Amino acid sequence: MNINATLIGQSIAFFLFVWFCMKFVWPPIMKALDDRRRTIADGLAAAEKGKRELELGEKKALETIKQAKQDAAEVIALAEKRAAEIADEAKEHAEAEADRIVIAARADIEQEVNRAKESLRAAVSELAVVGAARILEKEVDAKAHAKLLETVVKQL
Amino acid sequence: MTGETLTSSEYIKHHLQNLTFGRLPDGTWGIAHSAEQAKEMGFWAVHLDTLGFSLGLGILFLWLFRLAAKRATAGSPGGLQNFVEWIVEFIDGTVRGSFSGRNTMVAPLALTIFIWVFLMNFMDLIAVDLLPQTAHAADVPFLKVVPTTDPNATFGMSLAVFALILYYSIKIKGLGGFLGELTLQPFGKWGLPINLFLEGVNLIAKPVSLALRLFGNMYAGEMIFILIAVMYGASWLLGSFAGLLQVGWAIFHILIITLQAFIFMTLTIVYLEMAHQEHH
Repeated sequence: MNINATLIGQSIAFFLFVWFCMKFVWPPIMKALDDRRRTIADGLAAAEKGKRELELGEKKALETIKQAKQDAAEVIALAEKRAAEIADEAKEHAEAEADRIVIAARADIEQEVNRAKESLRAAVSELAVVGAARILEKEVDAKAHAKLLETVVKQL
Repeated sequence: MTGETLTSSEYIKHHLQNLTFGRLPDGTWGIAHSAEQAKEMGFWAVHLDTLGFSLGLGILFLWLFRLAAKRATAGSPGGLQNFVEWIVEFIDGTVRGSFSGRNTMVAPLALTIFIWVFLMNFMDLIAVDLLPQTAHAADVPFLKVVPTTDPNATFGMSLAVFALILYYSIKIKGLGGFLGELTLQPFGKWGLPINLFLEGVNLIAKPVSLALRLFGNMYAGEMIFILIAVMYGASWLLGSFAGLLQVGWAIFHILIITLQAFIFMTLTIVYLEMAHQEHH
């Protein structure tokens, strides 16, 4: 246990080690630590922001869904109303058409009746002429008795 | 365990002898082969084992931490980086806690002291005979594996710290301020000799206590390991008892070596803090 030059060597080594540590070991490690601290802080802030945005988005989504439901209900109501309208219109239209057809049919019938009456009249006048000729056993001049015939026809 | 030709006291003496390189009595330079030879070498000799182990451990520490520092990223740290960062943060916290000045040197200094001293103390936990006997087989006469059981090592470090104390005292307070602190208190200028004596003792006590505390603890611990090792040679009963003691002391010693490294570091920080304080 003699005190000797080892002491000097140890002191020099001590200073060298401290110098090396100060120059090449401490700063990079502290820098990494600081950087990580900052990164983590940033990450936490970003997470907080994201959470807030998520909340906002959810709120917005809910609102949108509510709005959409409301819109849909309106559209459905409108459609129902329109459907009822269309059905009514169709009904009205069909009734009008039916009326029209009925009227036309009636007119047709009347016309036919008239035509039948007309031809019946002609036939009756002819028959009357023929009947009269038989009775008189001679030719009745239709032209001579036209006036009479016409009167007869008109009486029919 | 002690060998046939060695008595207990020779065994202990052998263990406490450093491997000394210096000027031999015949005028040549070489390794001392006995304690007397080592003593005769005087001041200009070096303990190869102390210097070798302390330098080796210091370089191991710096290499390991430099490795971690080079790879250090802000991303998620790996195993080594995590470990190194844990220590660095611990040291940084301790320095911030007790050092109020602005000096970028103090924290790396504290880190160096803590890890280096810890590693040197840690050599104490390697079985006492393992390395010396291995060295003996390789024809190296002595080997003391724990650098901090050599007062040269502890005084070397504490004197370096003392130099830093003086440097910063003068740098911060100026030469006049520093001398004033030494001479003008606590009794004012008329009590100058007493002041100088008190403050001088106060100042000198710092490196001396720093070195002797570490040396004393480590030396005592090492001595107990050696004594336990001596017991192995006694009888099988004592030997097995010694085994238990060895384990117990080793576990307890883990605490001591860490604590001593921590104390050395903390006191260094505190002394430098005092050196930085202008008012007193």
